[in-house]
Amino acid sequence: MCGICGTVQYGNVQADAQLIERMIGAVRHRGPDDCGIYTDGQIGLGHARLSIIDIAGGHQPMPDEQRTSWITFNGEIFNYLELREELTKKGHQFGSHSDTEVILHLYQEERERCVERLNGQWAFAIWDGPQQRLFLSRDRLGVRPLYYTRTHDMFLFASEMKALFVCPEIRRELDLHTLDQVFTFWTALPPRTPFKNVYQLPPGHSMTVQNGQLRVWRYWHLDYEPDSEIGQGSEEEISEKLLALLKDATRIRLRADVPVGAYLSGGLDSTFVTALAKKLVGQKLKTFSVNFEDPQFDEANYQREAASFLETEHYSVRCSNRDIARAFPEVIWHAEQPILRTAPAPLFILSKLVRDNGFKVVLTGEGADETMGGYDIFKETKIRRFWQRQPRSSTRPLLLHRLYPYMESLQRQSSAYLSNFFRIEEGAPGPFFSHQPRWQLTAKAKLFFSAAAKSDLDGYNAIEELRGLLPDRYYSYEAFLQAQLLETFYLLPGYILSSQGDRVAMAHAVEGRFPFLDYRVVEFAAKLPIRMKMKVLQEKYLLKRCAQGLIPGSVQTRPKQPYRAPDALCFLEPEAREYVDELLSADCLCRYGVFDPGLVAKLFEKVRSGRPISVRDNMALVGVVSTQLLMHQFVHATQQ
Amino acid sequence: MNFQQEVRQFVIDNFLFGREGQLSNADSFLESGIIDSTGVLELISFIEEHFGLKLSENDLTPDNLDSVDKVAGLVARRLATRQGAT
Repeated sequence: MCGICGTVQYGNVQADAQLIERMIGAVRHRGPDDCGIYTDGQIGLGHARLSIIDIAGGHQPMPDEQRTSWITFNGEIFNYLELREELTKKGHQFGSHSDTEVILHLYQEERERCVERLNGQWAFAIWDGPQQRLFLSRDRLGVRPLYYTRTHDMFLFASEMKALFVCPEIRRELDLHTLDQVFTFWTALPPRTPFKNVYQLPPGHSMTVQNGQLRVWRYWHLDYEPDSEIGQGSEEEISEKLLALLKDATRIRLRADVPVGAYLSGGLDSTFVTALAKKLVGQKLKTFSVNFEDPQFDEANYQREAASFLETEHYSVRCSNRDIARAFPEVIWHAEQPILRTAPAPLFILSKLVRDNGFKVVLTGEGADETMGGYDIFKETKIRRFWQRQPRSSTRPLLLHRLYPYMESLQRQSSAYLSNFFRIEEGAPGPFFSHQPRWQLTAKAKLFFSAAAKSDLDGYNAIEELRGLLPDRYYSYEAFLQAQLLETFYLLPGYILSSQGDRVAMAHAVEGRFPFLDYRVVEFAAKLPIRMKMKVLQEKYLLKRCAQGLIPGSVQTRPKQPYRAPDALCFLEPEAREYVDELLSADCLCRYGVFDPGLVAKLFEKVRSGRPISVRDNMALVGVVSTQLLMHQFVHATQQ
Repeated sequence: MNFQQEVRQFVIDNFLFGREGQLSNADSFLESGIIDSTGVLELISFIEEHFGLKLSENDLTPDNLDSVDKVAGLVARRLATRQGAT
């Protein structure tokens, strides 16, 4: 895994090698093993390398045989051996054993359509010298990041926005619309980023830059087809097909010239991936986990059981509120976006544990919840839809008690209140039926926006913007599938794989690999009947069946517990005092202008009082602190 | 300060963070979005601790808790019952 950057000058202006050096320097943490730049005429490319495949021969930026086209690549192409063999048969000659070179040769054959043949996780740019065109692409599900911006005479791209900001011409200004989106969906809607005039290439998209013109297009579509032929077979047959796919997805994700470890959270998904990997590796696998001092978040018992059952060499790190408080500013520096939960911080601490043990690559279970129907929101949607069919039923809303068993505050609610919070409306469900209660709850944290920010937003409606981004077919899906699409295409790339994934892992130069996000698995899952994903109220039904016998029974049957971490209370720890006191001071809040100082003071006072605090208040405080950090680290830094 | 004022002050401090706005004592907390899905537990804690009352599961309905007036009414009824019993 690596960091990439580059510029294309318009007109006859030469690329600025020093600028490329400064840009790649800003993302050097992503690739501490090697570094290279290439400039020629209008093009400049930079690369910071984390050496994983072909340690000796994979230096980048890498040219083709004619040295007219050059690539800078962040990621892994897991099917590169098969592609290389195919290309060799067609007469291509390779000078290295890297997957990078395979992309270049495939590009020679298939041009922009080459990405349709790739199975992997990538963000890359190819300078096509003869065409004087830059081709950029990002993997189907957005595992790897790619940002871009432009000035009057230059196009710039990079793995992280901080590399763009080293160019003095790029203004750093918070995009309040994006903030509104984060305070609704937990994530920005691509192509927006937290900064005005800085964009992300959406997952599953490619783009070209030629003669100063940008062209962006989607190269991958996912259709949910719950009535497809795949679902016509017996459960056993379907389960076997899924297992075969998962085995192969794991097999090709073990391709590396360095040892591969695994995250082991104690849940079904990571335990299953570890079990599959262990069978393939055939030797003791090293596994890593984070656990918590606070027992309501801790899964150490399940982690120990899984490690013992799978006979892995297990390492864990214990995370306290103080650890989260200490790490939080650095987490925001890497995440480059406001967050409403502290959950990325323990994963930042975990990636350090991995790196300290000499590992660069880990397999993880991310993606199973989205693709195989694991999240509670799917269960919530199913219960609410069931209730909606008889809205006056007094017994159907009782099922709401089956939701969120790990959230004591919700479990203590009376039925009358639960019904009210998850309330349904008569008639056909609207297009955002599944997520409406959650988004409404999150959006309440916008109460703390300043009057000036609210005025600038001028009635902006983030949900309307989302409506304009969704494909037409979304509106014909059942609510369950709509929920899956929203989770898979927005929260997954924008938060789970970014703030909780790439950014906190790459902070310590650790690469995550995700068998459940192999596009073959994702496309297969999209064709499964809904009952295979959730049978009655049993989540990930088919996946559990697949995993039977391969993982401990206790892990297989345990109640679903999503990964969570302590939130607002972390900011009361001494390790947070210095930055929180400053960032939440009336002076600082006024200077940055995003939040109302009076309201924030009352919120912080409430958290400090020790009184119970709601989900809204928890999210609001984390959101305020993280946004203030972002302002301090990025926006305000230019104003000094 | 009577029950109604005490409840109102708590709601303003705790849920509106000091911004009284247009809050009327009859406004539904749920309809107006003043109390979120877990905020009602804060309200219950306040009633139990501030007024020394113990609420039962049957008390925890919007009919009893969904506005300043309704909460004040619940508190008054419970305190009257307790005084009557002693």
